[in-house]
Amino acid sequence: MNLVKPEFGLIFWMSVTFLIVFFLMKKFAWGPILKMIHEREDSIESALNAAEKAKEEILQLQNNNEKLLAEARLEKDKMLKEAREIKETIINDAKAAAQKESQRIIAEAQNSIANEKMAAINELKSQVALMSVEIAEKILRKDLSKDESQKALVDTLIKDIKLN
Amino acid sequence: MTLFLNLFLIVFLGMSQKVVFAHEEESHQAQIEEKFNAGKLILEHVGDAHDWHIAGHFSIPLPIIIYSQAGLDVFLSSKFEHGHAAYHSEKTNLTYKLIDNKVIAVNDDGSANEELTASLYDISITKNVAAIFVTVILLCWAFISIAKKYTNNPGKAPKGLQSFVEPIILFIRDDVAKASIGEKHYKRFMPYLLTIFFFILINNLFGLIPIIPGGANLTGSISVTLTLACFTLILTTISANRHYWHHIFAMPGVPSWVLIILTPIEILGFFLRPFVLMVRLFANITAGHIIALSFFCLIFIFGEMHPGAGFGFSLFSTAFTVFMMFLELLVAFIQAYVFTLLSAVYLGAAVEEPHHHEEAHAH
Repeated sequence: MNLVKPEFGLIFWMSVTFLIVFFLMKKFAWGPILKMIHEREDSIESALNAAEKAKEEILQLQNNNEKLLAEARLEKDKMLKEAREIKETIINDAKAAAQKESQRIIAEAQNSIANEKMAAINELKSQVALMSVEIAEKILRKDLSKDESQKALVDTLIKDIKLN
Repeated sequence: MTLFLNLFLIVFLGMSQKVVFAHEEESHQAQIEEKFNAGKLILEHVGDAHDWHIAGHFSIPLPIIIYSQAGLDVFLSSKFEHGHAAYHSEKTNLTYKLIDNKVIAVNDDGSANEELTASLYDISITKNVAAIFVTVILLCWAFISIAKKYTNNPGKAPKGLQSFVEPIILFIRDDVAKASIGEKHYKRFMPYLLTIFFFILINNLFGLIPIIPGGANLTGSISVTLTLACFTLILTTISANRHYWHHIFAMPGVPSWVLIILTPIEILGFFLRPFVLMVRLFANITAGHIIALSFFCLIFIFGEMHPGAGFGFSLFSTAFTVFMMFLELLVAFIQAYVFTLLSAVYLGAAVEEPHHHEEAHAH
């Protein structure tokens, strides 16, 4: 039957044409097409990977930011605390200095008061002595004008000496 | 777009086939008042020819190339006047005649010289060969332009024809080549698999178009499927590794007395696989064509009984042929896929590495 009988001519042309087409297509069609598809797939994959990486980086960045923020907050607290301490020490120091100064002033004042007092007492003493000499002179002048009174005085004086 | 193509195919198949048949019947009746011979007509349409029929009495004559010991003869098939005349070549001093679409050498008195005919190499550009050229040029043009698009827009999304072809290429790569051959070796065979797939597909589809440039039953020609199967066989043979040959000639883990039975079977299987490839494609495509043509022939068989019956049956027959066309369209894709898939499976077996030694022992 002719239908299932292979024809030499057709096989010949088919082989020749197919081989030529195969090599032509391999070089000019399939090669570039497969290469480009592969490259595109690679680029898509790398793009996806890059996106994933970027996402991770952003996440990391966010974490970093939070960490930085926390650190900054801590730092602020620390600084505030230090400032408070410094303030307190300054106030305490100032208080202490003021106290010392006031004590010194008070002591000085007391000193000068004491000195003034001594001087006043001494002055008073000398004044009193002078006044008592004057009084004694006046008394003596009046009493010793009479003989008996002189004699009485001498007696008391002698009595005093004996007692000593 | 495919829908339009379908409609186009169907409309043209319906129309032109009717025209062709009507014409054929006319001429048959005009020549000799013989009865309508459906079998002969179908086989003529399914088989090869030395001219490419267009419409009516008009057909394109194709070159006839005959190589014999006397030399090379090249002339147009129109010299035969559709088999009515003999052609005498001055150069080789041979006389040729066309009988049943076959070129034969004849003696001076006009009788066939069988001895001489057997020594001829007929490498004529027949209808099928011309159809190969047409489809192949189309194939190269289409895919090289697609390749250019790829190289001109690297990394861009496919467009136009490119986006139609790319899923098919990816399908063949991922589901045929990678799945059957394996990640390691598949790249080597991709160009071959893609070429046979698209070659078979385009010729299956062109075979469905009844008018030029279609009309040739190329993938339903045993010579073509034989050649394709031979290429798969050759490629399998040259890329086969030791493991493969070892499996054929001495299946590992099988006692030697079993090998006496097994080895011939394996060797037979080696040739049987491409043989099956050849027959499957040939039979599927030819059968589809024969069925579609048979339905049309029925119109004329009924018409011979009564014109009214012929007309009545033509409605039924057209409806059935439309259905057949859809089926054939499906078959066109399926057979191209099956041929490629089985080729890939055979190639995969040829390059398979003995990684599962226990498993190899098991079977």
